[in-house]
Amino acid sequence: MLNRRTLMAAAGVALGCLAAVPAAAQEVIKVGLILPMTGPFASTGRQVSAGAKAFIAAKGDTVAGKKIELVIRDDAGTADQTRRIAQELVVNDGAKVLAGFGLTPLAMAVAPVATQAKIPSIVMAAGTASITKASEYITRTSGTLPQYSLPVGTWAAQNGIKKVVTLVSDYGPGIDAEKWFSKEFKAKGGEITEAVRVPLANPDFAPFLQRVRDAKPDAVFVFLPSGAGSLFMKQFADRGLADAGIKLIATGDVTDDDILNSMGKPALGTITGHFYATAHDSPENKAYVEAFEKANNGMRPNFMSVGGYDGMALIYAALEKTKGDASGPAFMEAVKGLSWTSPRGPVSIDPETRDIIQNIYMREVKEVNGELHNVEFATFEALKDPEKAEAK
Amino acid sequence: MLTILFDGVAYGMLLFILACGLTVTLGLMNFINLAHGAFAMAGGYVTVIMMNRYGISFYWCLPAAFIVAAFIGLILERTLYQWLYQAPHLDQVLFSIGLVFMAIAATDYFMGGQQQLINLPPELSGRMDVFGVGVGRYRLFTIILCAVLAVALQLILSKTRFGSRLRAAVDDRRVAMGLGINVPVVFALTFAFGSGLAGLGGAMGAEILGLDPNFPLKFMIYFLIVVSVGGTSTVSGPFLAALLLGIADVAGKYYVPAIGPFVIYALMIIMLIVRPNGLFARGGR
Amino acid sequence: MSVVQQETTVMANSSTASATSRAAKLMKRRSRIRFYEIIIWVVAIAAYFVLPSKMLILTEIAILALFAVSLDLVLGFAGIVSLGHTAFFGLGAYIAGLMALHYVAEPVTGLIVAGIAAGVLGLFTSFLILRGSDLTRLMTTLGIGLMMAEVANQMAWLTGGADGLSGFLPGPILGLFEFDLFGKTGYIYCLVVLFVGTMIMRRIAFSPFGMSLKAIKGNAMRAGMIAVPARKRIVIAYTIAAVFAGMAGALLTQTTSFVSPDVLAFHRSADVLLVLVIGGTGYLYGGIFGAILFTLVKDWLSVITPQYWMFYIGLLLVILVLIGRDRLARWVEYLPERFSKKEDGR
Repeated sequence: MLNRRTLMAAAGVALGCLAAVPAAAQEVIKVGLILPMTGPFASTGRQVSAGAKAFIAAKGDTVAGKKIELVIRDDAGTADQTRRIAQELVVNDGAKVLAGFGLTPLAMAVAPVATQAKIPSIVMAAGTASITKASEYITRTSGTLPQYSLPVGTWAAQNGIKKVVTLVSDYGPGIDAEKWFSKEFKAKGGEITEAVRVPLANPDFAPFLQRVRDAKPDAVFVFLPSGAGSLFMKQFADRGLADAGIKLIATGDVTDDDILNSMGKPALGTITGHFYATAHDSPENKAYVEAFEKANNGMRPNFMSVGGYDGMALIYAALEKTKGDASGPAFMEAVKGLSWTSPRGPVSIDPETRDIIQNIYMREVKEVNGELHNVEFATFEALKDPEKAEAK
Repeated sequence: MLTILFDGVAYGMLLFILACGLTVTLGLMNFINLAHGAFAMAGGYVTVIMMNRYGISFYWCLPAAFIVAAFIGLILERTLYQWLYQAPHLDQVLFSIGLVFMAIAATDYFMGGQQQLINLPPELSGRMDVFGVGVGRYRLFTIILCAVLAVALQLILSKTRFGSRLRAAVDDRRVAMGLGINVPVVFALTFAFGSGLAGLGGAMGAEILGLDPNFPLKFMIYFLIVVSVGGTSTVSGPFLAALLLGIADVAGKYYVPAIGPFVIYALMIIMLIVRPNGLFARGGR
Repeated sequence: MSVVQQETTVMANSSTASATSRAAKLMKRRSRIRFYEIIIWVVAIAAYFVLPSKMLILTEIAILALFAVSLDLVLGFAGIVSLGHTAFFGLGAYIAGLMALHYVAEPVTGLIVAGIAAGVLGLFTSFLILRGSDLTRLMTTLGIGLMMAEVANQMAWLTGGADGLSGFLPGPILGLFEFDLFGKTGYIYCLVVLFVGTMIMRRIAFSPFGMSLKAIKGNAMRAGMIAVPARKRIVIAYTIAAVFAGMAGALLTQTTSFVSPDVLAFHRSADVLLVLVIGGTGYLYGGIFGAILFTLVKDWLSVITPQYWMFYIGLLLVILVLIGRDRLARWVEYLPERFSKKEDGR
């Protein structure tokens, strides 16, 4: 009988846990931040959440008379978790705004929730163009892959590069990058001699690099998720591709500021295109980098963190415009056409697509004060996401 | 062509050195240790910390990685593993997955989640031309070191007194004890040695395979492939299996990139169907 | 487990006629609906009324439970350690998604089609697990799982690749019940499928067929000696388990209206194994108990320490094994079998 009673007691405890529903206090707007804090994409979560916190630390936690409360949850990069957490945040915790979303599938999984519950959802990291089409309540403060792959193509064609081999990770974003780079590059008179796709779970780049070397192009265009990017960089140098006269051009993911410094010499001279560099020269950015590094033990803010920072900036600006009204339709109406000066430079939200319009910078990896940095040397101003622009 | 072969061999050798420790624990001690990669990761991080924080030469890091990983292995063997030698395989699988999870989270906590990179000494980086074949210096170094290790391992197991004691202990624990062999000590040393090899592999692999907290999970499958295809009862089996897989993987990705990712899995499954006990099984089990 | 062996010995010792009747009695006793089973289902239904705000996590538990129960048929009864059970889960998820996207939005149809598809895959792959040792099976199942994941990633035109499959909304169940945001319909739907699935598997597992599986698990050679066709039985058990794993996947798709490639990820295979072990193997309900405990603990930990909860899950596993999972899992045996006192002096 004891056992039975123990079981009952255990069941009671379990029910008690389930029933503990926090009640939402008044005058507080909860922002549910759903990010991968564990698993292979944990660094994304860390950067984005640090960026969002940095904004609140800088601007205070009240806007338009409302207190903003961040609720950070881990989805471990698993889409069904993201979806469940989103639904729970909305239904149980009374979150008015959802944000975060480290990867495309995670954002896509939330889209039906956003539509059904009319909850504004701010994509702070994921980069596939089509996300904002999935729901009217989705907007974005990171950037899209087409947006920053295309200018790399323009730049390459204008700077004497004739033959290029593309090398991308074999999944959605990689294929996006390949497509838009190639399209632009070919339209401007360049030639793609070969398109190499690397499996995601790939420990050794040797065979792919050998293929690139054997094709003897002027340059190789690369998109890889940031961790794999740094490995690639080393093997690129090791295989002597640079000595064989092959230039390395890439999207900014490869020279992620978070780990750029530890890549060492092989990274020097890499040309990348992206929307944010820690070394961006502006007073806003100086203040941001300083505050960020102080709060995070010297960790460098990268492009993901600035997505988190601007996501919060967007929420604040929209709430100010609606005078604290966080209901979906009003909020989204306010979001359209918003513009502000971010650490990355001037940004605005496209009223038609709810996607971000921003500058894309061409950068070269250089040594600045003994540390490696992406140093900007050219700017493509106020670019829209080309995929949605084309679809119109 | 030859370059591809060379890269494949180097890659295979690296796989071998990472996995051969597992051969020892799995094959000789019959323990399914999925946490093997965690020891490799420990070795890798030892190298990273020593090189990047204290600027110690890469050559000193390799033995250090071996020693630290072996030491951790020894401690864990004495405290935890030894209770599970007789446990069912399922228990061993669960226990070692648990260790992997703990290792991942702990590494993440102490070292952060990002990729760790090391900078090799100049004489090991870059490549040179040998009769028209491009040869990466570091890969050459890897091949030589691993080949030496493989030979040494084979000799230790088959020729030394320790090797014969170990084999005796594995074949029949009770009789071995009756003959005055201190079985727990033999097992503990073997386990430590296997972990140390993994640590060394992790240190060497940091350059080519990368290093982040998810290392044990990411490469677990590769270790297991090597060991299960090669069979667990010899050293030469996994050695050949690792070479074969390395070459097949690299060549597959070079020549038929479209199906590249499948090559290694398909090869494994075919092998397991044809020779369920490994390439060079020691007869029926 | 040990009980079975003991009972088998008893059977072998008696004369044929009385053995038959004893066997019949044994079967009857083993298949009797136990007290705790009723409790579970009552609690599950009560949860719907008591915990309206927790529908989603309950749904997740129900899906995970079905998945784990199906694995128990393979692991607990047939004794095959599988690290690739997600292959079927994932296939079911994708099939259900594709059905909803291109053909029929009605969920039950999708569920059945997904189950059949997963069953077919199970049938074909079951021949690969017939040979070799534990390790070989572990590797083969793992390999199949990983290959499926790669296939899903490669066939982006069909599966949406890494971006996942989205843009479909499952219609009302049987044309009657619409899915709602609070997940109430979803929960009831999953619970019904879980109940039916568990009952079917229970019927199978506690039939002579299930007993023969346990005999094979205990000693395949000896089972062969008493004319149990081991290979055939394993193939059948594996296929049935695949069907239900596929259905669990389909449920996930239909309640989230989204399929991402991580339905095929390795960690899912590891998770479900863990779930089953927490709950105990070899009596089906372990999957359900395990799913409840695992999900609650994981959810609780990931709220407290979003970044490092994995550590504690690992610690839990290690402790579980060191204490001896048998000792923990056996608690169910101590539960009373029925409301009244035991009558047949066991």
